[in-house]
Amino acid sequence: MPESSELRMVVCIKQVPKAEQLKIDPVKKTLVREGVESEINPSDLHALEMALQLKDKHGGSLLALSMGPPRFIQALETAIGMGADEGILLSDRALGGSDTLPTSHALSKAVEHLGDFDIIFCGEETTDSSTGHVGPGMAANLDLPQLTYVVEVEVRDGHVRAKRAVEDGFEVWETTLPLVITVNHGCNHPREPTLLGKIKARTIGIIDDVNADDVGLDKEKIGLSGSPTVVDKIETVELPDRSGRIYSGEAREAVTKLLDDLEAEGII
Amino acid sequence: MSRAKKSKGVMVFIEFRRDHIRRGSIQLIGEGRRIADILGVKLSGALLGHGVKKYAKEAIQYGLDKVHLVEHPILASYAASPYSKVMVELVEKYKPEIMLLAATKNGRELGGRFYVHLQTGLAADCTAFRVSKGKNLVMIRPAFGGKSLAHIMCKKTRPQMATARPNVFTEPERDPKRKGRIIKENVKLGPEDVDAKMVQFIAHMEDEATRLADADVIVAGGHGIRKADTFGTLQELADVLGGTVGGSRKVVDLRWLSKDRQVGQTGKTVRPNVYVAIGISGAVQHLAGMQESEKIVAINNDPEAEIFKIADFGIVGDLFEIVPEMIRQIKERRPAKEPT
Amino acid sequence: MDRFDVIVIGAGPAGSSAAYSLAKEGFSVLLIERGKFPGSKNVFGGRIYTYPLKRLFPEDWREAPIERYVVQENISMLSGDTAVTVQYDSLRTGSSRVNSFTAIRLKFDKWLAKRAGEVGAMVITGTRVDDLLVSNGTVFGVRAGGDEVKANVIIAADGVASIFAQKAGIRPELIPKEISVGVKETIKLTKKRIEDRFNVGEKEGVANAYIGQVTNFLRGGGFLYTNKDSVSLGVVVQSEDLSSHRTEIQELMERFKLHPSIQKYIEGGKVVEYSAHMIPELGTRMIPRPYANGFLAVGDAAGFVLSHGYTYRGVDLAILSGMAAAETVKAARAVNDYSAGSLSRYLHDLRSHGVLSELEEFGRTPSFLGNPRIYSAYPQLLCGILNRMYTVDGGKKEKMFHIAKEEMKGKISLMQLMKDLLGGTRSM
Repeated sequence: MPESSELRMVVCIKQVPKAEQLKIDPVKKTLVREGVESEINPSDLHALEMALQLKDKHGGSLLALSMGPPRFIQALETAIGMGADEGILLSDRALGGSDTLPTSHALSKAVEHLGDFDIIFCGEETTDSSTGHVGPGMAANLDLPQLTYVVEVEVRDGHVRAKRAVEDGFEVWETTLPLVITVNHGCNHPREPTLLGKIKARTIGIIDDVNADDVGLDKEKIGLSGSPTVVDKIETVELPDRSGRIYSGEAREAVTKLLDDLEAEGII
Repeated sequence: MSRAKKSKGVMVFIEFRRDHIRRGSIQLIGEGRRIADILGVKLSGALLGHGVKKYAKEAIQYGLDKVHLVEHPILASYAASPYSKVMVELVEKYKPEIMLLAATKNGRELGGRFYVHLQTGLAADCTAFRVSKGKNLVMIRPAFGGKSLAHIMCKKTRPQMATARPNVFTEPERDPKRKGRIIKENVKLGPEDVDAKMVQFIAHMEDEATRLADADVIVAGGHGIRKADTFGTLQELADVLGGTVGGSRKVVDLRWLSKDRQVGQTGKTVRPNVYVAIGISGAVQHLAGMQESEKIVAINNDPEAEIFKIADFGIVGDLFEIVPEMIRQIKERRPAKEPT
Repeated sequence: MDRFDVIVIGAGPAGSSAAYSLAKEGFSVLLIERGKFPGSKNVFGGRIYTYPLKRLFPEDWREAPIERYVVQENISMLSGDTAVTVQYDSLRTGSSRVNSFTAIRLKFDKWLAKRAGEVGAMVITGTRVDDLLVSNGTVFGVRAGGDEVKANVIIAADGVASIFAQKAGIRPELIPKEISVGVKETIKLTKKRIEDRFNVGEKEGVANAYIGQVTNFLRGGGFLYTNKDSVSLGVVVQSEDLSSHRTEIQELMERFKLHPSIQKYIEGGKVVEYSAHMIPELGTRMIPRPYANGFLAVGDAAGFVLSHGYTYRGVDLAILSGMAAAETVKAARAVNDYSAGSLSRYLHDLRSHGVLSELEEFGRTPSFLGNPRIYSAYPQLLCGILNRMYTVDGGKKEKMFHIAKEEMKGKISLMQLMKDLLGGTRSM
């Protein structure tokens, strides 16, 4: 494989609380965060897998980038365990409270600081904020083409051909390097971290951290002061009142009772 | 004078696809109309394309006061960069205080790109809007997989931008007599503005996506169905109920079901008359996509499963016994119901 | 990095203690855990004896995630709806000589592994070791997936069903005779309910053991430990007895929970965890040589477990054997010889850490406990005698000796009773 075909790639990842473990306190009506495990954002795993497949095919390098508190190192460790070469954590108190605008800005500055990349990957969205804004936002900041909800990608001589999933089918797009790709959830089977990968992730120097000054961020443009939106309040969802007629016991009888109910409702 | 004070009006991005305005956009015209009326301002549409004037007229009939029509060969089909460039120009020229897009995949990626150039706030996938006392837009969206609703505001900058979830807002009546202005906008676009091209479109075999969203009855399977084959039985139940089959993220991840059949936060939001959840534990992300169903029927062997908390009806037990029994008994009841 | 001084397989108490002791001495240590985190395969509460922990962490052993200090021990013999209980009040919490405490293993194991990580052991979770790398009878590394990692010594701490002790050829496959089957439940109550029902103070708890009816008079027993706001309840029975009597352990557990002496404690509680598992009862028939070329086995993997029906010990022996293994590896490094010959001093280190002496001391117990009368005749006998003694129904009161003699009729001879009592005393 000639040197020139090697790809320099970065994948932006985030550590998120496991959404299925989040519960609402039935009395206080607030979100129970205690004891909730965290995980790497699921669609970021698909982004990593897509990047790793390109790396397997073309060679090159893959850097995992995350922005957040030190515990986000877990996500970087997973990425390196899977096969990323190194990890960078952009961590700074000044970044706290950033909405998607400063987040895209900070990640873009970090990418510029870290070098030239052919492809910047993101997951389609995170499970904790589910905006899908950061990928396109980075493309805007870096003035790069963007392909979102991508399920397949091929690179040849600097040309990119990618399939994106849309509501009514798939679209095939062509563009050139460099670009930003956001990866559709569920499009591939993310590989498991390997033992040697995990050991590598723990080796000194593989995961590094940078702060706002390192990447040249203007403190006014990040964090709460740099965020145009504010969360005014969080309201607990009052689900529609359900009658909740739940049967159990012998299947035949239970089904009869259920169907009687459905019939009374005019459903069957 | 602050920028906020100069901005006025509500603008909706009119997204069309192939031969029609997308339903999400039409629904948003209705919601935009409501917001504009509360504020006492005009509702405009931004329509980008080539040879799309007919959509401008149609959009007005749904409730717009005016349409900014931007026609250019480069805009003939959607592409993020040129569309983003034009939207930035339009917003900077007309300074709407509110800019809304349907939260379709294209709507989300377009909004996610051009709000950065406008350096304003963007709330994603909103399911409700309110106007605050200070005449700010309260952009309400599900948070944490639908367990709570976040009220997001953007007080400092304009426009206040949001994408709105399709199939949440009611589609407005079309009034063929309604008149509005169509303002042709001139933009300079050249080859340098094209950074990516769509070269092929592969439609789903049948319009399954719409079918799931339109279905009156959805029979959905979760991890509890244990194997892909079980969908055969679920399909049979769907058939006798006159519905279609869907599933949770887990079964899609396991490739037991195609992605476009996925219900939930990363899949589709559905509101059928009846949603039958089979072997679905009820992870918040799933509930987010179906909790507004008219009636929810749950079948699960775990009495503690979250799904029962939002179910109207249900059976705790072995789905492998219950589902075939349901099919049998429904068939049994049918002839009796039909007049001879 | 594909080479370490030592690789430890399994981050339970034995593995983490070995890893901690070695990393603290400057060894490069890789500790590999199959579960998503240490303790994830071991969610239950149990009783842990304090003394090995004090040796491992003399300064700050109290930082361990202790649920409650055991201040009272009860042994109950159950028969029908009745129970005879021997109560032993041990030292109160303030005492530095507190003997044991209860802990949730999930938390305890996690904490222990974290301590190992803090002194430099590399703790890798979510990885299953598939095989040992062996060449010319010498173990020199592990394989996981497609990856191979080498080390001078591999320490197997992979628990009761240790496949690596088998793979290293130092342990035969377990035969049912040597295995007990156990079920455990964690039943959630409240802190206040625990303290009220068991009459204990804050941080204080009890450890109860039950024999007799609990196992339907089969060899084994039941136990109950108090945690902060829950109790750990379980039944352990000889697997051989279970199958010969066609008894289901789950059924025993359900009946145990309905026994009046248990019901009063767990009423209104909610079962939050449940599991069934195996316990090896090797006693001194533990692996005779828990070492091989480049290989050591620690804790349950080496059969360092004592199970008596009414007391179960494993965590303390696990910690001690982990410490002993660390001593052995240290000595082997000094002479740069990791052969079986060099590692054979592990037996000596086990002895000096008290592991072997404990196991040997109780050596006679398995045969005593193998005696089915302990689990059947005696509980029935005692309950019967006391029942008659304390039943006041207006009838004529008999002399205790007569009652005893009558109760014994057809159940046990006086000679047998004497023999068993003497034998029991000797081995306890």
